[in-house]
Amino acid sequence: MRFWLKIYERNDVMAVVSTRKDTSALTLTFVAEFEASIERVWQVWQDPRQLERWWGPPTWPATFDSHDFVVGGQSRYYMTGPEGEKALGWWTITAIDAPHRLEFDDGFSGADGEPDPAMKPIACVVTFETVDGKTRMTTVTRFVSVEHLEQVTAMGMEEGMRGAMGQIDALLAAASH
Amino acid sequence: MVVDTLSDAEVDRIFHALADATRRDIVTRVIHREQSVSMLAQHYAMSFAAVQKHVVVLERAALVTKERRGREQIVHGDRATLRKAARLLDAYEEIWRLRAQSIDEILAEDIREE
Repeated sequence: MRFWLKIYERNDVMAVVSTRKDTSALTLTFVAEFEASIERVWQVWQDPRQLERWWGPPTWPATFDSHDFVVGGQSRYYMTGPEGEKALGWWTITAIDAPHRLEFDDGFSGADGEPDPAMKPIACVVTFETVDGKTRMTTVTRFVSVEHLEQVTAMGMEEGMRGAMGQIDALLAAASH
Repeated sequence: MVVDTLSDAEVDRIFHALADATRRDIVTRVIHREQSVSMLAQHYAMSFAAVQKHVVVLERAALVTKERRGREQIVHGDRATLRKAARLLDAYEEIWRLRAQSIDEILAEDIREE
């Protein structure tokens, strides 16, 4: 639970600038700003060792077996759940303009680790810009199928629960002082 | 889980219905104000029958309801269904919040190492 307390303490420090959901177009726009250079923020996407530290939810950490960070490049990754279960996924990079723009498709794979043709991927467009000395990162995600959203949110929901538990933990700790 | 309020088949119908630009536009229009199918048809370069078909797809997804008023068919938006779809996006937004927090943690290590 300590880890969660740390995240919640940091919550007010981290700048989520805005989020916008267009329900009828099934898109989510998420904007965050980081106290780091644009090149440094680009690295957390480019370097698979850094990428796997944040791509999966904390209880579903990601491992990238391959990450070919060029246009047309493929990535293969899996996320490992609390019971040791594995969710296999892939990326195909569709556009790169370093360090300003990255576009890729993200989908789930079948048991063989290869893209499952029955499941449509989600399309992600990420842009980076320098604003007042910070790096603003905007991700626009467009869903075309329900399966992917349900799978990723199923994993995210668990995180939400743990987050709530972390908050309860903090309240109990405060109450005992 | 959030999606408990909708069955898989219901969510599938909503996603399929919203995958089309004309249908999204119809939803946006009738959410603001009820309209007849013939009024809607004036906005699009397609036949009345084609617009009618789009409305049927939206009806099946429970995004709109249709009622007959005299010779007109009036289309209403169903805000409750749209709200349910919004809840799915909420869950996804939470995942991005967690990701941004984790990136922030990684970047904070640079400062500590300096």
